[in-house]
Amino acid sequence: MTLLAVEKLDCRYGLLQAVRGVSFEVGQGETVALIGANGAGKTTLLRAIAGAHRPHGGRVLMDGADINSMPAHRRVSRGIALVPEGRRLFGGLTVMENLRVAASRRPGRWSVDSVLEVFPMLQPRRRALAANLSGGEQQAVAIGRALMSNPRLLLLDEVSLGLAPVVVDAVYRSLSGIIGEGATVVLVEQDLTRALEVAGRVICLLEGRVVLEGRAASLDRDRVVSAYFGLKRPA
Amino acid sequence: MTILNAILQGIFLGAFYAVLACGLSIMFGVMRIINLAHGDVAVLGAYIVLVIVDRTGVSAFVAFLIALPVMVVLGYALHFSVLERSLRAGILTPLLATFGLSIVIQNLLQLAFSPDVHSLGGSAGAVTTSSWQVTGGLSVSALGVLVLVTAVVVFGALQLLLSNTRLGWMMRATAEDADAAELVGINSRAVYASATALAVVIAALGGLFLGIRSVFDPVSGPTQLIFAFEAVVIGGMGSLWGTLLGGIALGIAQTLGAQIHPQFAVLAGHLLFLAVLVARFGGARVVLRTAR
Ligand SMILES: Nc1ncnc2c1ncn2[C@@H]1O[C@H](COP(=O)(O)OP(=O)(O)OP(=O)(O)O)[C@@H](O)[C@H]1O
Ligand SMILES: [Mg+2]
Repeated sequence: MTLLAVEKLDCRYGLLQAVRGVSFEVGQGETVALIGANGAGKTTLLRAIAGAHRPHGGRVLMDGADINSMPAHRRVSRGIALVPEGRRLFGGLTVMENLRVAASRRPGRWSVDSVLEVFPMLQPRRRALAANLSGGEQQAVAIGRALMSNPRLLLLDEVSLGLAPVVVDAVYRSLSGIIGEGATVVLVEQDLTRALEVAGRVICLLEGRVVLEGRAASLDRDRVVSAYFGLKRPA
Repeated sequence: MTILNAILQGIFLGAFYAVLACGLSIMFGVMRIINLAHGDVAVLGAYIVLVIVDRTGVSAFVAFLIALPVMVVLGYALHFSVLERSLRAGILTPLLATFGLSIVIQNLLQLAFSPDVHSLGGSAGAVTTSSWQVTGGLSVSALGVLVLVTAVVVFGALQLLLSNTRLGWMMRATAEDADAAELVGINSRAVYASATALAVVIAALGGLFLGIRSVFDPVSGPTQLIFAFEAVVIGGMGSLWGTLLGGIALGIAQTLGAQIHPQFAVLAGHLLFLAVLVARFGGARVVLRTAR
């Protein structure tokens, strides 16, 4: 069943066209990796889906309903949650407050307690200000904060950025637990190997366009790499 | 003893300035708006209380309670009609818009109430006249105590709101990063609007105290705005308890200044304000220069 559909989406910053006619669908329970070089438009695309960027053209549909005119906070109550690039925690709020402020009325598995269970490293830091956390702890809070709304669609923008490899492993271990429970996830990841590992399907963006799309298992790495850098146009 | 008394009176006066400044501080803290109409909103609140007192004969305090819902509605109306649009247009526009609003409110008050001065002192009961003589030179007025206690209660309640309620967390989150707040499901428009409503209600409380302490007329607003603004800056922009302390520091400066000469009172306050500005910003420039 299709959960999210993006139709001919166009996003601009003034004259700069960051996303050009992008269309794809994400089914319930799928994990899709969005890859592409710097400036390919991945962040813009995720922000447009989450409602933080108003697209210039095209549509975003959730459960088949057009949500284009819905502000970001209402999309959260529809079940879309974005872990934004750069984490964007509320630094002056404690870990608990960051989580609790994001709690929604949507029923589900996630609460402050269950988030702390999945990210045990946060347990002793509950009363610390988010600004004083380490990078890994901050990323855990950012993911936990998104989970607090019990999303049906989780959008993750470069969750491993700036983290030590061991910390990335820990974050992905928690994530694969969440994915294993049947969450629907669209993730942006610079690390190709990791992206191909966690995702069932891969979409590669190049200068705002989809240049390659396919099942992660069926794509060979060389094709992905050349699409990634735009070395040759794959058929 | 006169110095001690001056300081005590300064604390009472400063608590009044802090109440006036509180709403200004909230709006600056949450939306980065400096509401130049804040003083006029306070005076408007005083007039609304005055109208209720005149019509019904209740005391000014009861009239204020009746005026509260009106002020809440006014706050939301102000936000959605003027502030929200101007916020979208950049940093300078809210300043210009609230400056215009200040003039509009003053003119509307002139039209409705004539330029005469009014006071709420007569309808506030015994609190305006009672005082306790502690020792020879030291007297504690009931009104001063009332204003001080109210100020502490208002700031304390705000502190509780900000650190213990969901609305408080939403306000702090939105103040830090409105875009990220939207992404976690916070309706930032609604949060901004409730911050404005809260600021307007507290401004009206300031207006009530202004009317009871002294007199007001349609153009009293800007003077109140200046004192409120000075209190906010002295207390360190946007910090809650800082604003209370800033108000009290301003009040003490004024009453101590009045000891030197009555005409020196307001000037002493301005001098303190300037000194703080120089210490904070002038000082930073010196540091930068030496670091370079
Ligand atoms: N706020 C902005 N204003 C103007 N241009 C922007 C803005 N944000 C992004 N862009 C431009 O839009 C294009 C797409 O940017 P976007 O951040 O979506 O790419 P990305 O794929 O997420 O890149 P990265 O891998 O570096 O995060 C880039 O050319 C970028 O310079
Ligand atoms: Mg990006």
